[in-house]
Amino acid sequence: MTARLLAFGLALVFAASYAAAQAGADKRRSGYQDMGEALQKMQDDDTANPGMLFVQLGGQLWAKPAGAENKSCADCHGVAADSMKGVATRYPAIPQGADRPVDLEGRINMCRTENQKAERLPPENRDLLSLEAYVAHQSRGMPIAPPYGPVVDAFRAQGEGIYRRRQGQLNLSCAICHDDNAGKKLAGIVIPEAHPTGYPIYRLEWQALGSLKRRLRNCLVGIRAEAWSLDAPEYVALELYLMERAKGMKLETPAVRP
Amino acid sequence: MSNILVNAPKTARRGEVVEIKALILHPMETGFRPGPNGRIIPRNIIERFTATWNGAEIFAMEMSPAIAANPFVSFFAQARESGTVVLRWTGDEGFAAEERVAIAVE
Amino acid sequence: MDRRRFLTGTTAAVLVLPLAPASATQEAMAEAIRKVVGTATPTEGRVKLDVPPLVENGSTVPLTVTVESPMSEADHVKAIHVFNEKNPQPNVFSARLGPRNGKAVVGTRVKLGDSQRIIAIAETSDGRFWSGGADVIVTLAACLEESP
Repeated sequence: MTARLLAFGLALVFAASYAAAQAGADKRRSGYQDMGEALQKMQDDDTANPGMLFVQLGGQLWAKPAGAENKSCADCHGVAADSMKGVATRYPAIPQGADRPVDLEGRINMCRTENQKAERLPPENRDLLSLEAYVAHQSRGMPIAPPYGPVVDAFRAQGEGIYRRRQGQLNLSCAICHDDNAGKKLAGIVIPEAHPTGYPIYRLEWQALGSLKRRLRNCLVGIRAEAWSLDAPEYVALELYLMERAKGMKLETPAVRP
Repeated sequence: MSNILVNAPKTARRGEVVEIKALILHPMETGFRPGPNGRIIPRNIIERFTATWNGAEIFAMEMSPAIAANPFVSFFAQARESGTVVLRWTGDEGFAAEERVAIAVE
Repeated sequence: MDRRRFLTGTTAAVLVLPLAPASATQEAMAEAIRKVVGTATPTEGRVKLDVPPLVENGSTVPLTVTVESPMSEADHVKAIHVFNEKNPQPNVFSARLGPRNGKAVVGTRVKLGDSQRIIAIAETSDGRFWSGGADVIVTLAACLEESP
């Protein structure tokens, strides 16, 4: 009896310390945790988060027929809360019939050109961002779960190479700021760990919703590097690596960031 | 197509003071910023926001270019009788948008 | 609050509000306030301005004005006006309220071009004016958009 109690007690202690170790093990910080209370509250309240306006717009577009086929997203995919749940946690990914990874906006454009027979929406187009936000919002709170395979892994390795490569007039790599100096301050703002947990984000600086691509371009401008063209495969490769770094962290779309 | 998000309770006790929050998609272009061609982008703001409860005005706000894009407004209202709250935004370039919420008072 | 601090406070309010010093935009703010209060002198107090003391980005700054008031038919806040000193225009917003509001609390988000003082003036149903202020530090964000 005493032995059983002791064993039970020990099990409890182990369970508690295991849980504590698990909780303490992940030191990664989402940009959310580096924001002040006012901005965290703005993101948390769905009628205060301006990104939700675009999610709402995306929901309207989801149901609206488009292209020569006059089909809406909903005609094929039904209720997004079911069909799109978890999808954004896996992107960029290689869709069926494709030979290379595409990001979520690329996937939406594939659907437009192949299934709706509609024109591609250009980068940073409001409708494209809204659809992307609507789709990604269906995975809010779910852990990031990147796909693996020989092709996608090769692109991810290329992305890591870009992340570690010095570039621009300031001769900085992504890693120098976001690994080595994350948490320190640059121009009064905490340098984030660069986890893409909430894209598309409502960046206060933009006063609008914007893509990870746009944010990466801001970084490139920051280090005085030449930004890649908007359709360059570098963005997808880098996003693959960033999503791997953020694996298991929870999606927040639409996140608010300064 | 106007995009508006409103947060108001569906029910309230008689006399209860409830919070109403509203967010609307709008650029709130100040009229002070140069565009890509170097010319000033013309002002395009929401100038006025009003709220009525069963037709009687309960709150009004005159906005300036200093209000942030995609304006957010929160205010309080005392629930005296069941009815419809109508929120209305008007501004430059003939902008007009409206959203209605029903609040049942028990 | 003791009598001396109270007196100093009121004197400061009287001096700062109607007789704005050098800066043109401070003058513009004083002028905008004068348009609202006329010949009356706002009393400092009853008005609380909630703004984060350190703002991560000046383009969207949450701001809430709270005025102490019973909000009854006999005694309520009729209007709340908010002013700033460094934006191109001194007016931020003017809200009209009444007893139907139950609470004199108004929240919105504002653009602030720079660190500065924000002032809120409340007009009560007895025709008096009350004021409150807050200092805001706006930090500059890093890694922004390319210039067009």
